[in-house]
Amino acid sequence: MEAQTLYEKLWSSHVVHEEADGTALIYIDRHLVHEVTSPQAFEGLKLAGRKPWRVSSIVATADHNTPTDHWERGIEDPVSRQQVETLDANIREVGALAYFPFKDSRQGIVHVIGPENGATLPGMTVVCGDSHTSTHGAFACLAHGIGTSEVEHVMATQCLLQKKSKTMLVKVEGELGRGVYAKDIALAVIGRIGTAGGTGYAIEFGGSAIRALTMEGRMTLCNMAIEAGARAGLVGVDDITIDYLRDKPFAPKGEQWEQAAAYWRTLKSDDAAHFDRVVELDATQILPQVTWGTSPEMVETVAGRVPDPAKIADPVKREGVERALKYMGLAPNTPISEIPVDQVFIGSCTNSRIEDLREAAAVAKGRRKAASVKRVLVVPGSGLVKHQAEAEGLDKVFIEAGFEWREPGCSMCLAMNADRLEPGEHCASTSNRNFEGRQGAGGRTHLVSPAMAAAAAVTGRFVDVREL
Amino acid sequence: MKPFTSLDALAVPLDRANVDTDAIIPKQFLKSIKRSGFGPNLFDEWRYLDHGEPGQDCTSRPKNPDFVLNKARYQGAQILLTRDNFGCGSSREHAPWALEDYGFRVLIGTSFADIFFNNCFKNGVLPIVLPAAQVDELFRQCEASEGYRLVVDLAAQTITRSDGTTIKFDVDPFRRECLLNGWDDIGLTLRHADKIRAFEEKRRAEHPYYFA
Ligand code: SF4
Repeated sequence: MEAQTLYEKLWSSHVVHEEADGTALIYIDRHLVHEVTSPQAFEGLKLAGRKPWRVSSIVATADHNTPTDHWERGIEDPVSRQQVETLDANIREVGALAYFPFKDSRQGIVHVIGPENGATLPGMTVVCGDSHTSTHGAFACLAHGIGTSEVEHVMATQCLLQKKSKTMLVKVEGELGRGVYAKDIALAVIGRIGTAGGTGYAIEFGGSAIRALTMEGRMTLCNMAIEAGARAGLVGVDDITIDYLRDKPFAPKGEQWEQAAAYWRTLKSDDAAHFDRVVELDATQILPQVTWGTSPEMVETVAGRVPDPAKIADPVKREGVERALKYMGLAPNTPISEIPVDQVFIGSCTNSRIEDLREAAAVAKGRRKAASVKRVLVVPGSGLVKHQAEAEGLDKVFIEAGFEWREPGCSMCLAMNADRLEPGEHCASTSNRNFEGRQGAGGRTHLVSPAMAAAAAVTGRFVDVREL
Repeated sequence: MKPFTSLDALAVPLDRANVDTDAIIPKQFLKSIKRSGFGPNLFDEWRYLDHGEPGQDCTSRPKNPDFVLNKARYQGAQILLTRDNFGCGSSREHAPWALEDYGFRVLIGTSFADIFFNNCFKNGVLPIVLPAAQVDELFRQCEASEGYRLVVDLAAQTITRSDGTTIKFDVDPFRRECLLNGWDDIGLTLRHADKIRAFEEKRRAEHPYYFA
């Protein structure tokens, strides 16, 4: 048989039907649902008198709108509350394999709860009405973010209409330096290929630096694949994948576990497989990254400076940089280390898992929030992460450092709830998007790793965490 | 879905790359459980000088006179010219809903983000990808001549300018058929229900652990 990439293996094992032009119906194994992109889909289904095809594929939670403090008060914003209650009612009516509603001990960000419950398994197709569904590709899943019409389509037919993507291998070889994390790899890749560099591709991450990452690191990386424009991110199965899944609530048990694990081990690209594009990075050369602009590709190392538009020849690019600097309130050539930080956000589906919190806590321990920093929010990705962090005493480390320890949710990643920036504020954020207004109208986001965010919290600016 | 066959309309140039879905429709409007009514809040943060909230009457809000959509000469435009990577960011279908609700039926640019591109086709909005040189030319002409109109014909896959010159564009044949006919994807897919069922049974037998 011809050598295949992991993407091709996953694709060909899910094709139900193919049109002459290559548009295919792909079978969907897991459908993750949250409150923001599902109400119109449930309504559409109902209006058309259709029933969901396979309810046991659905795992749902409320995460985008939910508050991260004072849970005893419920959801105070009436519009948000209505959206969450609409999800409650829809799941009550339709059913699901699992539902983790607001205040449930296992509620959390949809891309955190899937993996940690074993609802995301290698070899699956996973969809969710959320672009960061690419996260699940860390498990060798074909995982796509979809729009609301597609949410309805998957509910009604258990299939998605898709065209095959091109394949890209991002190969990262060598050992990461101290203080450099999966987040830095992700930002360095985006800095290299650009936010549209992955458009039309499924990106597989390979090489010794990726093999050395934990599952949580791989999730961080695949999570950001969408910021490089890719439809999916992927990492092949190895022992690290299998060990992570053992004993997870929805993972197979006993004889089925053995059968599954044997199959999962085949889910990697063959050695001779051909990729349409290969990008290589040297892990030893990657430094801690900080974004300075309004797109994730506007990124520099902590030792760098923001660019000077006067030196950019391409007029569209120059104007983009000028506009970004104006929005960010930064003068050309400012050293990254001199950007003042007003708020810090440690959370989001990119970096809110236990290892992220441990990295942040290691920096925060024995230190205090800088006086110039107004607020530091630490928002665990799920109830389970929160519980684990508290069992390890991380909450105390954060609280003693003057950080706020919150309830799980998306929070200031997109600021749909009360957690947001004020206009003009700079934020060191472990999330994934630094678009204009993303964390609150007029807010200025700088994307960094959890360790860099904690370092910014205790110094009030961007410092190389290795020098702390 | 509303079919799309052809359109003769005014074009407006939005000269920015990487226009993200947060810019197209800010997150506060995503709390709605409806799919209509997003037009007044399209590009909300660029279009208005104040901060928008859902449920507000937008007619009395202060408009940003510098934003291209607010210029008198572009009122009624239904074709949006844009640059690279339009629609990047979130999967929110509220973005094409807002564009469509405002009146846009055709978007012309050098590239579109993947999920957004898909979402457009589900909502009767036609995103057209052209080479950079052609997009540049359209921008130049549109900015230079007031009342610049284009005729977009989906069946013929052409854009025709008022001087009669045409530009050919490519669109996926399957998507074109769906758009021309206004077909509902779900209805189309359900014609294959037996195939889906057969696939599912086979998969369940081979990999029962995916069906727990
Ligand atoms: S944490 Fe942010 S990026 Fe992730 S699902 Fe929530 S809003 Fe989206």
